[in-house]
Amino acid sequence: MSLEIVVAAIMFTGVMAYAVFAGADFGSGVWDLTAGGPQRGAPMRSLIDDSIGPVWEANHVWLIFVLVYLWTGFPQAFAALCETLFVPLTLAGLGIVLRGSAFAFRKFAPTVAEARFFGAIFAASSILTPFFLGAVAGAVASGRVPLDGRGDRWRSWATQASVVGGVLAVLTSAFLAAVFLTAEAARQGNTELVAACRRRALIAGVLTGLAAVAGIAPLRHDAPRLFDRLTGRALPIVLLSAVAGVVSLMLLWRERPKRARVAAVVAVAAVVAGWGLAQYPWILVDAARLDDAAGARATLWSLVGVFGLAAITVVPALGYLYWLTQTAIGVRAKRP
Amino acid sequence: MLAADTSVLIPARWQMTVSLGTHIVLSCFGVAFPAMIWVVHGRGIRDSDDVALGLAKRWSKVAAVLFAVGAVSGTILSFEMGLLWPEFMRRFGDVMGVPFALEGIAFFLEAIFLGIYLYGWGRMPARHHRAVLVPIALSGVLGTFCILAVNSWMNSPTGFRVVDGKITDINPWAAMFNHAVWLQFLHMWIATFMVVGFCVAAVYATGLLRGRDDRHHRLGFAVPFAFAAIASVAQPLVGHVAGLRLASAQPTKLAAMELNVETQQRRAPLTIGGVIIGGEVRFGLDIPLLGSVISRNNPNASVPGLADFPEADRPNDQLATMVHLSFQAMVGSGLALVGLSAWYSLRRRRGGDPLASRRFLAAAVVAGPLAVVALELGWMTTELGRQPWIVYRVMHIADAVAHDNAIWVSFIVLVFVYGGMITGAVAVMRSMARRWREGSSLDLPTPYSPPHVPVGE
Repeated sequence: MSLEIVVAAIMFTGVMAYAVFAGADFGSGVWDLTAGGPQRGAPMRSLIDDSIGPVWEANHVWLIFVLVYLWTGFPQAFAALCETLFVPLTLAGLGIVLRGSAFAFRKFAPTVAEARFFGAIFAASSILTPFFLGAVAGAVASGRVPLDGRGDRWRSWATQASVVGGVLAVLTSAFLAAVFLTAEAARQGNTELVAACRRRALIAGVLTGLAAVAGIAPLRHDAPRLFDRLTGRALPIVLLSAVAGVVSLMLLWRERPKRARVAAVVAVAAVVAGWGLAQYPWILVDAARLDDAAGARATLWSLVGVFGLAAITVVPALGYLYWLTQTAIGVRAKRP
Repeated sequence: MLAADTSVLIPARWQMTVSLGTHIVLSCFGVAFPAMIWVVHGRGIRDSDDVALGLAKRWSKVAAVLFAVGAVSGTILSFEMGLLWPEFMRRFGDVMGVPFALEGIAFFLEAIFLGIYLYGWGRMPARHHRAVLVPIALSGVLGTFCILAVNSWMNSPTGFRVVDGKITDINPWAAMFNHAVWLQFLHMWIATFMVVGFCVAAVYATGLLRGRDDRHHRLGFAVPFAFAAIASVAQPLVGHVAGLRLASAQPTKLAAMELNVETQQRRAPLTIGGVIIGGEVRFGLDIPLLGSVISRNNPNASVPGLADFPEADRPNDQLATMVHLSFQAMVGSGLALVGLSAWYSLRRRRGGDPLASRRFLAAAVVAGPLAVVALELGWMTTELGRQPWIVYRVMHIADAVAHDNAIWVSFIVLVFVYGGMITGAVAVMRSMARRWREGSSLDLPTPYSPPHVPVGE
């Protein structure tokens, strides 16, 4: 296996982690937005704060990780991406600023009115950001990003492939969030919220499945190379994703939210992995293979080393954070 | 592709200025605040001191807001690296990217342990909980080093060769550990303690000035002020040593900082104030010898002049004037802060109570914003002083920028978003302080719904 592939695989691991963990954080914006007025929506919003409050910043860093690995490992691809996809990347960047700051501000808002104001910004930008990032993925996967020169500012991503990418990103995020929230509500022992989140997870899961099926035709038309690979080489992973999604829904139906969470993570990670595998060996489909865009070998080796360092420092720390926020002690101390 | 149109440099630079100028202040809190919280938290545990523990808890809540805003404002910078300067990234991404990757680890650890610390109140044994601040502070050091590694590399590019216009022989570690990195890192790291220390102390000085003279305010003042005072004394020395490198490493920056048009072979004067108009220095006050002494540590050493360099390869007159004035205003602000620190310590040594002096308190209130101003001026000095280069003597900034008029739009939108973000942060932090003053619980529960409805149950 060549060095470029190793670095690309590391980077793609970051994409998967971001899609799953940050996806769940973004997706909770959908449920925050639709939770209802201040009285009816209060329990759901409180649950969302409990669930993503301690972890969203750490989850968010996966995006930095991916960007840094992209520009260091594949500098030309990064520059090409930024030049052609200026608009969706700028919108995603602004969405990230609005989401993060509004979420932090709401936590300490003094009045209901202000909490609602910041909450609305948080929720709306939580939906727009994954949409634009999904649209970027769609543009890359459908061969809209040239390595040299600049693709059309609008037509590169105002395409069927980008719409499919954006919609799937929003829906998978919403699905993951609802499953995570169901598990969190169960952990807190709040049966009413469990039922509410479970219902939402089932609806979002079914909608995601439908959207994936509905995306077949536009993808075949708009991203034929990707589509061939998705139904060829990457088919086992695509099927794994579908099966995991169905299993997750069944487990939710049977009120096993913790196991449903695992299956949902597998389903979403497999979608992303399927995209990666279908795209290989292109980093920008039809424009640049991994080795066309790769940086210096000394740098690639360094990136492998940095990943090793991350694996022994970041991963255990992240595990501890998740463990801490998931242990029962938290609940007892929180609600005396 | 559009024809090379350098007018887009204007919004690109302004967008970078607004984004980075905001982030640099916020990131200071991520680097220096944990150490201050560590002190009050430790005191609270050791002496069962509720005042100190209360401060630690409040500061951690403020840190939560500032870290969140800092994290997202840092993220948009990673986008902007490519959106605004694609040619720079295309050519040099693999030369200077490794410190960014390491910074990713630092950012990860900072975010993770901050999450643990904020969540840990009342959920972890006190000593373990406090110990979580150590990795936060250490990752702040690592992160600062990595970011400054990239910035210092832009000033002192190493770790590659240019052969026939192509970049070869890339050694990312040589790039990271370039000659300028240690002093630039140290200068910035100390600056974070000045900014955070003087800003936090200013908040409590305001309270003291308004007659809220209690232990809470005195401790809240003393701890950050002590950090800032020590940092402010160390800073001019580090800055001076860092400046000594410039004569050989970045002569055009030094010439601009000193407002030197013609090279002075020896005994260069120090020009206080002044502007360059039509290639000549006007309205400056010359002090003999001091220019050579300050920039070279030797009255007989030469100081480079702008006229020795082709105009296309050095800051133009207008920029040089800005560099010079920024630099001197930074030094002036820094020395004023040293003076404030000396005032405090002399007053204490003579058995006095500096916090009883309204004049001292008023000066301490001004010191907060002044430290921020000094930080921004120092950053302007180093960035504008490198112009017109993005990579010193390797790549012009005009060759790095994206030739996309959409930057005008993204810049304007960003100004509104950042304006809203800063307004929101200030409003929320002020409301937090107000509610704490009015006796709200330290936790400040979120008002999802009108108060009579039980929340979350």
